[in-house]
Amino acid sequence: MLTTAPPGPAATRPPKKTAVRSDSTLGLLAKIVLLGLVDAFAVYVLITLFLQEKWVILLVGAAVTVLVNWIYLRRGGLPAKYLAPGIFFLVIFQVFVMLYSGYVAFTNYGDGHNSTKDDAVNAIQLSAQQRVPDSPAYRVSVLEADGEFSLLATDPDGGVSVGTTGVPLEEADDAVLDGTGKAVELEGYRTLQFGEVLANQEDILAITVPFSDDPEDGSLKTSDGSNAYVYRPSLSYDETTSTFTDLETGTTYSDTGEGSFRSADGEQLSTGWKINVGFDNFVKAFSDPNIRGPLLQVVLWTFTFAIVSVLSTFALGLFLANAFNLPDLRGKRIYRILMILPYAFPAFLAGLVWSGLLNPEFGFINNTFFGGADIPWLTDPLLAKISVLVVNLWLGFPYMFLVCTGALQSLPEEVDEAARMDGATGWRIFTAIKLPLLLVSVAPLLIASFAFNFNNFNVIYMLTDGGPRFSGTTANIGHTDILITMVYEIAFGTGVGRDYGLASALSIIIFIIVAVISAISFRQTKALEDIN
Amino acid sequence: MTTFTDPQAAAPAEAPTGSHRVPEQRRRTFGQWFRHKGWRHVVGVVTTLFAVFPLLYVLSAALNSNGTMAGSNVLFSRFDTGNFEALFTNPSRPFGKWFVNTMIIGVVTSAATVFLGALAAYAFSRMRFKGRRVSLLSLLILQMFPQLLAVVAIFLLLNAITDVVPWLGLGSQLGLIMVYLGGALGVNTYLMYGFFNTVPKSLDEAARIDGASHVQVFFTIILPLVTPILAVVGLLAFIGLSSEFVIASVVLTDPDSQTLAVGLYSYVAQQRSENWGVFAAGAVLAAVPVMALFLFLQKYITTGLVSGSVKG
Repeated sequence: MLTTAPPGPAATRPPKKTAVRSDSTLGLLAKIVLLGLVDAFAVYVLITLFLQEKWVILLVGAAVTVLVNWIYLRRGGLPAKYLAPGIFFLVIFQVFVMLYSGYVAFTNYGDGHNSTKDDAVNAIQLSAQQRVPDSPAYRVSVLEADGEFSLLATDPDGGVSVGTTGVPLEEADDAVLDGTGKAVELEGYRTLQFGEVLANQEDILAITVPFSDDPEDGSLKTSDGSNAYVYRPSLSYDETTSTFTDLETGTTYSDTGEGSFRSADGEQLSTGWKINVGFDNFVKAFSDPNIRGPLLQVVLWTFTFAIVSVLSTFALGLFLANAFNLPDLRGKRIYRILMILPYAFPAFLAGLVWSGLLNPEFGFINNTFFGGADIPWLTDPLLAKISVLVVNLWLGFPYMFLVCTGALQSLPEEVDEAARMDGATGWRIFTAIKLPLLLVSVAPLLIASFAFNFNNFNVIYMLTDGGPRFSGTTANIGHTDILITMVYEIAFGTGVGRDYGLASALSIIIFIIVAVISAISFRQTKALEDIN
Repeated sequence: MTTFTDPQAAAPAEAPTGSHRVPEQRRRTFGQWFRHKGWRHVVGVVTTLFAVFPLLYVLSAALNSNGTMAGSNVLFSRFDTGNFEALFTNPSRPFGKWFVNTMIIGVVTSAATVFLGALAAYAFSRMRFKGRRVSLLSLLILQMFPQLLAVVAIFLLLNAITDVVPWLGLGSQLGLIMVYLGGALGVNTYLMYGFFNTVPKSLDEAARIDGASHVQVFFTIILPLVTPILAVVGLLAFIGLSSEFVIASVVLTDPDSQTLAVGLYSYVAQQRSENWGVFAAGAVLAAVPVMALFLFLQKYITTGLVSGSVKG
């Protein structure tokens, strides 16, 4: 137990004389330099946040900075000095992200709903642009600076201005003009040659230079890199009623309270915004026919996969441990090393390699073992499930073999001898004596193994990618998908649009299941008693 | 991988074999021999084949520059290094960079993990403070929830960080390392905490009496004595990180910054059979360092798995 005061405090406070050991100069120096670096970074972040007007994060960031300085500059509070760095990362990237998952699960965050309503209104106005009929042509040159393209526009009256996507036009009087009065060069920029314009056509076509901060004023767009025309939003926004009106058809799109604008006949503008939707994601998961059916099958398969994986690896591991638990068996070491190899092989590679072995057309298994048969190992729902289990058995049995060997060898020999004296046979000794004793020590490992397999992303994703796909859904979810691969597919997959809200809701469901498993395993283990 | 189990199992996994050898009994019939030992060899050979043949297959495919999956089905029909050359000369799939990226991310993260874990373990093992028990308990509970469960939130958080500090956000390896460090405490602290407790406190008390500060005790007394657990934790972290796919695939988007797991997956994601030989060569190169480390560590891992590390 440490009772002594901490070492050399910062320069701001003179060290007290009582019971303070002065730290070495080197230590003090290191502390000042490190804390200085941290503070410098913090100030940089805080200033950026200030400029971006993100007040809440700014406040939290400032509070954390003050806290960190307080921890390291004050006297005493030694444990905090040692724990702070690890806990800092733990709190942000483990605790906060969990809570944030919880928050996102109650929003409609996802493709088309990833910002505020104001941003959505702006985006709609910018995307729904139409050329103003008979508007004059602006002659433009394409400029480049820091890899970003801008338009240097000469208006019909000869005025010159410059701007790019998101940066409204501003006057550029010092531009160099060519013989026809068209501005061609501007200091700080490089003018693109014709060939470069062709090469970067896509980027240049995408440039939309607003006339002002108000999207209603319209913007300049070019279709060839030499002439630009005035575009105006085809949808007009009315702030008081919070509706968009299509200027041509007169259709009104109004805010329905569901994070998007919708017309009376149900037509919806593609860009929406993020709102809280309460339990909608959970309701959707269990009621939307597109999700519900697959989800129930996925949950069922997740449990089957995890349970069968644990049982099969444990059974094989235990059997092998028994078979090789003979002190004078020749070649035992060689068997051991070779059998452990799959456990050492990176799991993601194992999935990919086995997917090649099991490939129906060209795979080794079909072509060599089955003489060119066309067995759909990975594309038939049942066979795919069996394949996944076999591959996971391949990956997992060495671990159980190691664990069981260790546990078997730690059983006291007297028990074995006593049972033999009483006339028990080998099988009976195993089932009635060794197995129960063994289970006491490996039960927590089995539960941990279950928890691990419950989220065994790599094997599933690399081997089958969840396939073969379910037929009754548009989402890219299949018969061998487990919950975590389904989350990944819904959040980052290409099947349907990304839906972070729904994916987070599914994550929360996994969290709850894992929590229950953990609670069980806590009862099984004495780990808690060891913390004293 | 777990850390808590019953003390009963705290025995080395491998008993000394030489000393127990019973004298050979030459007169036994084959039947007796088979019932006693022979079947074990049958089991051993069959299991070994099951365990090893996928590895032989990938090695054979790597050495066969025929290249396609169909051409790799006769094991060791050709020996050449064509696939390895192709692997390092494809600019759109920079295997060399992936390898270096994996090493850098792995080494930096595991070194930082070891350091952060050791700091925390020192505090838990040597100091008594308010909330110590609760903190240990919280760590034990938190480590039950793998980070990949929150992958969506991690993506969104990094997306937000990109707006403020671009070089720490999406696409940044430093950002990825930061995310990984969120899991630095937890299981590692437990492994180390148990080991730190085995170092007698009288040692640091003696040093303190001689005038050493707590920092000096940590760096000069404790750390040298716990080097084995630091090495084990570091290597385990490295092995785990080298297979991490989910978070890395979400964070690293540019092929030049990707890791082996993400890169090699992209190699075969679309056309699995065409690139097979080159992929196999990459798989062999990616797996060799990890497998070597693993076999080297095997003894420690075995005892670690079984004996549980919460023990002091």
